[in-house]
Amino acid sequence: MQLFPCPFCGPRDETEFHFGGEAGKVRPEPAGEVSPAAWSRYLHRNANPRGATREIWVHLTCGEFFLMERDTVTHAVAASWSLRKEEP
Amino acid sequence: MTARRISGSGASLSFSFDGRPLQGRAGDTIASALLASGVRIVGRGFKYHRPRGIYGHWTEEPNALVDVTRDGRTTPNLRATTEWLTEGMIVRSVNAAPTAETDRSRYLDRFARFIPAGFYYKTFLWPDWHRFEPSIRAMAGLGRLDPDHEPPADAAPVNARCDILVVGAGPAGLAAALAASRAGRSVMLVDDRPEPGGSLLWNETEVDGVGGAEWAGAVARELRDRGQRVLPDTTAFGVFDHNLVALWERRHDQPDRQWRVRAKTVVVAAGSIERPLVFPDNDRPGVMSAEAALVYLKLHGVLVGERIVLAANNDRALAAAEPLRAAGAAVTVADLREGPVIDGVHGASGVEAVTISGRRMEADCLLVSGGFTPTVHLFCQAKGRLRYDDRIAAFVPGEPLPGMAVAGAANGAFSLQEALDQGHAAGGGNGVAPRAAASGAPLSIKPAWPRPGSKGRQWIDFQNDVTVKDVELAARENFRSVEHLKRYTTLGMATDQGKTSNMNGLAAMAAITGRTIEATGTTTYRPPFVPVPFTVIAGRRRGELFNPVRRLVLEAEHRAAGAVFREYGGWLRPAWYGPGSAFEATLREAKQARETVAIFDGSPLGKIEVMGPQATDLVDYNSYNTLSTLKPGRFRYGFMLTESGVVYDDGVTARIADDHYLVSCSSGHVPGVMARLEEWRQDRFDPAKIAIHNSTAGLATLTATGPRSRRLLEALALGVDLSDEALPHMAFADGVFDGATARIARVSFTGDRSYEITVPASKAPALFAAMVEAGRPLDAFPMGSEALLLLRAEKGFLIAGKDTDGTTMPHDLGVRGPRDRRAGEYVGKRSLFTDDAMRDDRQQLVGLSVEGETPLPTGAHAVDRIEGRRRSIGFVTSSYWSPTLGRPIALALIRRGLGRIGETIELVHLGRPLKASVTPPCALDPEGARLNA
Ligand SMILES: [Zn+2]
Repeated sequence: MQLFPCPFCGPRDETEFHFGGEAGKVRPEPAGEVSPAAWSRYLHRNANPRGATREIWVHLTCGEFFLMERDTVTHAVAASWSLRKEEP
Repeated sequence: MTARRISGSGASLSFSFDGRPLQGRAGDTIASALLASGVRIVGRGFKYHRPRGIYGHWTEEPNALVDVTRDGRTTPNLRATTEWLTEGMIVRSVNAAPTAETDRSRYLDRFARFIPAGFYYKTFLWPDWHRFEPSIRAMAGLGRLDPDHEPPADAAPVNARCDILVVGAGPAGLAAALAASRAGRSVMLVDDRPEPGGSLLWNETEVDGVGGAEWAGAVARELRDRGQRVLPDTTAFGVFDHNLVALWERRHDQPDRQWRVRAKTVVVAAGSIERPLVFPDNDRPGVMSAEAALVYLKLHGVLVGERIVLAANNDRALAAAEPLRAAGAAVTVADLREGPVIDGVHGASGVEAVTISGRRMEADCLLVSGGFTPTVHLFCQAKGRLRYDDRIAAFVPGEPLPGMAVAGAANGAFSLQEALDQGHAAGGGNGVAPRAAASGAPLSIKPAWPRPGSKGRQWIDFQNDVTVKDVELAARENFRSVEHLKRYTTLGMATDQGKTSNMNGLAAMAAITGRTIEATGTTTYRPPFVPVPFTVIAGRRRGELFNPVRRLVLEAEHRAAGAVFREYGGWLRPAWYGPGSAFEATLREAKQARETVAIFDGSPLGKIEVMGPQATDLVDYNSYNTLSTLKPGRFRYGFMLTESGVVYDDGVTARIADDHYLVSCSSGHVPGVMARLEEWRQDRFDPAKIAIHNSTAGLATLTATGPRSRRLLEALALGVDLSDEALPHMAFADGVFDGATARIARVSFTGDRSYEITVPASKAPALFAAMVEAGRPLDAFPMGSEALLLLRAEKGFLIAGKDTDGTTMPHDLGVRGPRDRRAGEYVGKRSLFTDDAMRDDRQQLVGLSVEGETPLPTGAHAVDRIEGRRRSIGFVTSSYWSPTLGRPIALALIRRGLGRIGETIELVHLGRPLKASVTPPCALDPEGARLNA
């Protein structure tokens, strides 16, 4: 059971969080101009890196989506911050 | 029968073993009581049913598994060495019948060569293996489950935090806890024994000028006096991410419970486990760990033999000779470092003599030590890497882990002073560590690993009956990695997880394959360290509390009205009311609902409010159907899609004001719809300009549906103009009930004229009573969910997830408008135009009608014949007998279904052929006249 730092609530058990997606994905629009490959990349393709990664998570109990940097191997969490603020 | 009690006090306790009445003492484990009673055979080997005796003294015990009955309740497969004796306890050996002594399967040992390692894997490849399966199954397994015994599990887990969690209250752990406490840190000290001290309890020694056990007691007292937590009888069985440690606390007068501790630092001071020696017939009863003999002598006053041979390859074990002699045993020492070899043991049911280097000695007990294996389980569970230390012939923790320290014997420090020093340092101690009177001899070990190619049957894993020859076989068949070795031979599996056998097993594989022990490596360590009862892991999360249902405000009223409850989408709701079978009651209610007026509790239906200047943009984007064109006071039905274009949910949305919407969704989808609205609110729009609120729990909705529903509403007198001009279908108006706002909505899930009345939950009982009262002259009645499902199906109204699956898109349901015409973006839009979405052979929702009286089975497959072979083209999703139509109805997802209307198709269910003709989904009142009837 990992501890994730919600930027609003502090460190909480991972069961209170849901994964939102890899950070930096932009939804391609408008639909009429999006190629099948671009849409498929958006829907299905992820970098899924081994090691450092930037992800969007949501803290279910307060409802806020936020950005988190963590390591997929060591499970060390480097930082998290609100999407409403500029990145540090 | 030569072990006996030589000293000690304690109240006498009666117990029985395999039906024999015996006596033990308070403070005995089952194992010490059996030894004191002269019982040598305590169980039978797993595969060959050879007699087995007690080998160890604590969690490492591989042989002495027993079923224990206390107060009429049986718990299977407990280790006799870790269960405390209680008065009247009934103890039975496992894997033996009728008793361990006279086991009728003991003949199996003569067939041993037909049951080698990998036996199951090879056997179950035979063409007719299933013919052997029943008899093999009957022989496999150990203890007996008591089906009538549901152990109590009403202890909630305890969550705790501390600066330092010390696992093990031996010398190293005590020194660590003491140092940390004196340095001002919060400390938890846990140990699986009832008393602190660990090896100090059986080794004669002094620390800081007092006896070891006395010092241990004083340290525990000081910790408690300083407000630190000291948990005896508690096993740390698992380490999880970010230093979460799971503990199993055994309690005597209450159910055991689980602790989950977040520690800034974990100090692993779990000691070590003595290894067996490997020689012919080393599994005979009477062959025992040298340290175990010391424990039984010092803690239980039991001398394990009269004529003892002590064979060891290290000084720590050889030191056991003196106390055993002082207790009156004749002890012959075989120091294996000087060359002697154990040739074998004599005596089929227990040690009668031992031959060492050709010399036969009469003996009733052979004590062995092949060295000590540090208990590194928790370090390895935390992903720590081990390093092989030649000086002590053992794996020890390598690179330290952040937030974890390993101290004492667990870290390969076998001298007492070294253990105290390491513990002190691990606890962050200032000043000098506690002083041991004698620093204790170094281990001085010379390895005595199993030798491949030697004669006789030499056991490596007693619990799983794995011999040196089995390891050789695995190597020959190329199962050479330790992980393959484990799975192929079962070495290191089952309840003891190889605590005594793993090192000898991998050393044997190393020798066979010509690799070093370090290069051979260990298998992966996983929780739990010892078997932990499921009741402890589950805590209170079982039965009703495993996945608690949500309950209606009106549950009591429904019960009083005779409701039979079932779970729908996580809610406990009335399925039907009154007597009769589900089938009869459902037909009765569905029929009457089309004739008079039904009162239905629709409270769990999702009610999510979306408000603010960008509310319109969000609900438009969230929905397949445009909502921004909706007028305030009106509803629109539509779908929510996933980004893959698949129908996620359906429901109606009300526009309450220009910037205020009420999104309703299926009761089971409320959290999911909330989550997607929140995600897009924060990720796409300005979150300061939209607020989302889930009103579901605060409101109750009661529906009146049926031809007489308007008359019922009129009788309620809620202050709303009920004329169809003022309140048409898909409109709402606010009235007043009992001083509170009552929203009256003309939405229909039945196809009949319907009115939903939504009031604050607190007003629900009064409203229900008023509706029942007002409905009395109209033959109104309460209706359950089963009848509603039937009424929906008659109308072809789908249930998302039942009448749709993970591929269904809105145009598969005949709703093409937004896809063909809508300009803006919405969730899932692009996916509606992929090649797959535009295939002309997609599964589409249709109705099915059949000849005769029997409804189609739900789940029956529709089939096509393609080149003579039957292939599924879809399946029945809902199927009922319609009491109103007087015939069966069904909905189905059928490939190219909308193009087959009027055709007859074949179906198959469990091998039975069926026929049906394809119809539009709506079977009743396709013109919708009943909505305004
Ligand atoms: Zn939060």
